[in-house]
Amino acid sequence: MNKIYMDNAATTALSEKALDAVITKTKEVYGNPSSMHTIGHESAHVLVDARNMVAEVLNCSPDEVYFTSGGSEADNWALKAAAAYGKAKGKTHLITTTIEHHAILHTMKELEKQGFTVTYLPVDSEGLVTAKQVEEAITDETILVSVMFANNEIGTVEPIKEIGAVCHEKKVWFHTDAVQALGHIKVDVQEMNIDMLSASGHKFNGPKGVGLLYIKKGIRIGNLIEGGAQERGKRAGTENVPGIYGMAVALKDSVEIMDEENARLTKLCGKIMDSILTLPHTRINGSRTNRLPGNVNACFEGIEGESLLMLLDAAGICGSSGSACTSGSLDPSHVLLAIGLPHEIAHGSLRLSLGRFNTEEEVDYVIKTIPGIVERLRDMSPVWEDIMEEENK
Amino acid sequence: MEYSDKVMDHFMNPRNVGKMDDADGVGEVGNPKCGDIMKVYIKVKDNVIYDIKFNTFGCASAIATSSMATELIKGKTIEEALELTNKAVAEALDGLPPVKMHCSVLAEEAIKAAIDDYKSKQG
Ligand SMILES: Cc1ncc(COP(=O)(O)O)c(C=O)c1O
Ligand SMILES: [Zn+2]
Repeated sequence: MNKIYMDNAATTALSEKALDAVITKTKEVYGNPSSMHTIGHESAHVLVDARNMVAEVLNCSPDEVYFTSGGSEADNWALKAAAAYGKAKGKTHLITTTIEHHAILHTMKELEKQGFTVTYLPVDSEGLVTAKQVEEAITDETILVSVMFANNEIGTVEPIKEIGAVCHEKKVWFHTDAVQALGHIKVDVQEMNIDMLSASGHKFNGPKGVGLLYIKKGIRIGNLIEGGAQERGKRAGTENVPGIYGMAVALKDSVEIMDEENARLTKLCGKIMDSILTLPHTRINGSRTNRLPGNVNACFEGIEGESLLMLLDAAGICGSSGSACTSGSLDPSHVLLAIGLPHEIAHGSLRLSLGRFNTEEEVDYVIKTIPGIVERLRDMSPVWEDIMEEENK
Repeated sequence: MEYSDKVMDHFMNPRNVGKMDDADGVGEVGNPKCGDIMKVYIKVKDNVIYDIKFNTFGCASAIATSSMATELIKGKTIEEALELTNKAVAEALDGLPPVKMHCSVLAEEAIKAAIDDYKSKQG
């Protein structure tokens, strides 16, 4: 049986165009972009093309795009460098939310250890934070606000443009982790008042281990890696030319089919969500309106997420429970707790994240398969027994 | 993270799953907050646990250890059953990932709780 891959928020398969770009550039363009000969120049031109393609999508200038090894690196760089800049100016306060990816949250924790103060804004039951909350949290000490564009677990899309406007009014830098958003929904750094933005190639059918940080001109943050003059001296090291080019091609391709894909995925995910809600004691997490088109996140009372995932896997369906990074830990997802779910309900969560390769037939199979697996686990669950006893009183 | 074939077998086809209306002892341990709960029912005759059933809410290792523990206990005397350790259950399953060892404690504790319940009913 073919596996049904519905874990596209963890990572995606390469698109045909991206695969072709990576293979071709790996084979044909091997020079060092910094070299002073034609073979080197060829590689430099590939980088220029990639940077132009990315800049066009973001609606920025190519020299505001800095390639990195991925989303985590971009997040670490943005936060740590902004904090260092603030400290030099006597500003030591940063603002973020409780539902960020660990690349943000753990970096913030590290900055707290170094003496910075961090405000973690709570979210509402759909995972939304408001511009007003950000406005009220900003003080004279604030150097940076970092709010994710879209959440990786529950798919909630934050009011980025409004938050950016508040930050600019208050003269505070605004960073957004757009790893789940770029290539999937509209992102425009100028229109949305964004000063810095992190993204990652492997989340939009590009290669793994390559990402970017957009840094607006005038945002004067320090270098990430000292060495050669690559990335305008800010991030030294000979560039991953095929990877960067593959990411740019993947991004351009994703944006070209975005409108059509979003309509299709919204319909498919809606179908899954509606079918899950026909089962008793289930809920859909996140917002039904401000949501990534490919995200489904549900809780099934009385069962535990890992067991559910493994039975789904045995039936050929690959999903996740919480973020991929959460699976090794024992606490339920910090995102589900932040939207107010009790521990026992958060334990029974399932995330299905759909992408361009998922079909309606796959969705129908998933819809057909879930109820039996849920019933099987509930049948052997003492928690479910208690829920039923309570209900039949 | 991957489980051993034995763990997968006991997770996919758990032995002794179910409830008992006429159990001689019932034990329930864990709580929904930490993610694993196990309920054990035993029938005892002449000091021997001759039938055992369980219900578990939890991850694959919690379900697999519940299943394996009930297999190891069935037909044993009360004293033998009380000697069962979570380590022995994990070993019988060809090992558990280190982060999952704590889930195996559940089965040991649930069986002890069921035996306690049985003893208290005997007076
Ligand atoms: C919201 C978010 N930020 C950051 C990352 C990290 O990206 P990368 O895997 O490219 O380091 C991820 C990926 O899991 C993510 O979903
Ligand atoms: Zn467990």
